[in-house]
Amino acid sequence: MKNKLKVLRAERDMTQADLADALEVSRQTVNAIEKGKFDPSLPLAFKLAQLFELPIEKIFLPSEVE
Amino acid sequence: MKKEERSDQIKKVTKNLAFWTLLWVFSLALATFGPKFLWNENTVLSTLAILLNTSFGAGMIWANIKHLKILDELQKKIHLEAMGIALGVGIVGGLSYSAMYIANIIPTAEIGILVMIISVSYMIALTIGKKRYA
Repeated sequence: MKNKLKVLRAERDMTQADLADALEVSRQTVNAIEKGKFDPSLPLAFKLAQLFELPIEKIFLPSEVE
Repeated sequence: MKKEERSDQIKKVTKNLAFWTLLWVFSLALATFGPKFLWNENTVLSTLAILLNTSFGAGMIWANIKHLKILDELQKKIHLEAMGIALGVGIVGGLSYSAMYIANIIPTAEIGILVMIISVSYMIALTIGKKRYA
C-alpha cells in the first residue's frame, strides 16, 4: 500500500524520529511505512490521520490506485 | 509515552530479560553439573536445583512476554515471525535429528544441539527480518 507520509512529514518539517516519537513507535517502523514495506494497523493509521488532521484515505492509497 | 519514557522502558524490560536469562542459564549449569561436581548425586539437592532452574525459566518466559509487549507493531511482527521460523526449524530439525539417532546414523543425540539450532535460526530470522524492513 502506497502512502503520502514522506510528503506530509516534509510539509510539517518533521524528521522520521519526530514522527516516530509522536506515534510512539520506532524510527524503523516509520521508515518501513513510508517505503510501503509495512502496512500499519488501523489504530496506528488513525493516529497518523489525527496527527496530520487528514482522513486516512488522504494518507494511504488503496492498491488499485497505486 | 514520550521518547525518553519509551526508550527507558525498552531498556528496562531488555535488562530484565537479560537478568532472568542469565539466572536461568546459571541455574541450568548448576542443575546439570551440580550433582556430579558439587553435591555428589544428592537427590534432594538435585531436585532443589531443578526446581530453582524451572522457576527461573518461568521468570525468563514472563520477562520475554513483557519484552514483546513493549515493542511496537513492526518490531513485534519481526520477533514473532522469527519465533515462528525458529519453532518450525526446531520441530523439523529436532525430529530429523532424533530420527538420525534412532536409525543409528549418529552415536548420540544431545538436547543442547536442538537448543543451539533453535537459537541460531531465531537470530538469523531476526536479522533477516530487521534488514527486510530497514
